[in-house]
Amino acid sequence: MNNLTKNLFNFLQPKNELENQGEFAENHPYIPEELWIKCPVCKNVILSSDLMDNHKVCPKCNYHFRIAARQRIEMTIDEGTFIEADADMNSTNKIDFPDYDKKLKSAKLSSGENESVITGVGEILGEKTVIAVMNSQFMMGSMGTVTGEKITRAFEYATANRLPIVIFTVSGGARMQEGILSLMQMAKTSGAAKRHSDAGLLYITVLTDPTTGGVTASFAMEGDIILSEPHALIAFAGPRVIEQTIRQKLPKDFQSAEFLLDKGFIDAVVQREDMKAALAKLIRLHSTAVNEEVETDECV
Amino acid sequence: MSAYDHVTAARANDRPTSIDYITRMFGDSFFELHGDRRFADDKAVIGGIAELEGMPVTVIGLEKGRDLKERMQRNFGSAHPEGYRKALRLMKQAEKFHRPVICFVDTSGAYCGIGAEERGQGQAIAENLMEMMTLRTPVLSILIGEGGSGGALALAVADEVWMLENAIYSVISPEGCASILWKDPGKTAEASECLKLTAQDLFKLGVIERIIREPKDIESKLVDSLKKLIADTLRKKSAIDPDKLIDMRYNRFRKF
Repeated sequence: MNNLTKNLFNFLQPKNELENQGEFAENHPYIPEELWIKCPVCKNVILSSDLMDNHKVCPKCNYHFRIAARQRIEMTIDEGTFIEADADMNSTNKIDFPDYDKKLKSAKLSSGENESVITGVGEILGEKTVIAVMNSQFMMGSMGTVTGEKITRAFEYATANRLPIVIFTVSGGARMQEGILSLMQMAKTSGAAKRHSDAGLLYITVLTDPTTGGVTASFAMEGDIILSEPHALIAFAGPRVIEQTIRQKLPKDFQSAEFLLDKGFIDAVVQREDMKAALAKLIRLHSTAVNEEVETDECV
Repeated sequence: MSAYDHVTAARANDRPTSIDYITRMFGDSFFELHGDRRFADDKAVIGGIAELEGMPVTVIGLEKGRDLKERMQRNFGSAHPEGYRKALRLMKQAEKFHRPVICFVDTSGAYCGIGAEERGQGQAIAENLMEMMTLRTPVLSILIGEGGSGGALALAVADEVWMLENAIYSVISPEGCASILWKDPGKTAEASECLKLTAQDLFKLGVIERIIREPKDIESKLVDSLKKLIADTLRKKSAIDPDKLIDMRYNRFRKF
């Protein structure tokens, strides 16, 4: 992976090898296509169509079901405006890690995607933005070289074209199967985020359940504005690792979005159905149009 | 030597730690500075100003401690967020006064505990990665023992990264890798091979610029040559225009 011109953020039509098996991808997501679904949190049985109508949020207890990256883009980006970038980038087994090729293959099959992040440009209620959405269905959203590269290119494209960037995170952290090269993605993406920031541009992170490890310790926590979905687990070290280290049980809501809000690490917890409007509002408040108006007023 | 032999050597209790290198290289010129100005002074991170061949430098080290009592005080070299914030404060200070920064890295990883999470371990590391990338002064990081994942990287976003022959640098501990991969933390030796964590492997991958010959003990003459190498390197880096320096640093990491 080298060079960093905006040309590298080539816009290509998605060329997913599983594209024509769309039925599989559509049928796979976390919510089975059955008539009734049991909420894993409140255990209430919900009519599947009610859940779909409610942005896949449990109407009884407000549990936000995990959703696939494509669905997230549909929910967030205005219809017909999304152009995907780097859809054909594929991970390779650079350090000959045992069974990594097999893991990649099954991740592609089960997610219907080529990697753990989808990137591109689109509009949110008319506001043009670069967007990256991570996918928990691809190796639990772990960050490999291609994940880091796509996110870095997204930042670089946003910087070169003076656009805001919105990143939805969901990740188990660094991808062990890529060893140190996965760790290097933390530095690489952080550097790209810094350049975007130094150019005076807006970066909004939306943390979703779960965001942990190397992603938390890099671009997830680097947004100018950090939002989260309700009840999302947000951590550097996951609860099990901490329990093993300190040998005691953790309090129930430890590392929840609400806990981080209380501790001062995120700006707001936003309901899924309100997210699109919130993002559009924040982008608009940072757009040049608004800023120019302010300047004009001052001149008068 | 197998990869696992390197792991064992990197963790050996009698291995020189950051304080040993700092004392031996900078002697009385080292003036320790404490605290992150926000919450506490994390003893897993030692930092201060020193003189290197007439050149003022900022020195920061992850410190494991040299006996049991000290190891407990220093949390075995596993820093809390305030440790990373102290390091960043000292780096920003170095930038202000145009001093190069030398980081000694030796940690099994950032601490995984309640307080660390409450005070934003992830945020603290993330901020270091971001800010170090554009620090307008030369940064040199040397892995002297264990380089445990994000907790090590938070002091290794540098213009050059060097490793002692027996140091290791990895995204996850071999034990952690073995328990995920084979549900058997005992298969540490196999996992060590898979992770490509030795200095030789990392040099081949382009992750480090130099492998440093291992001094038998801290009194070794090899430490003198290391000191000279550090001084020469930092003098060269200091002559580079800061804009160019941070461009080169960005591209150093951009290639992965």
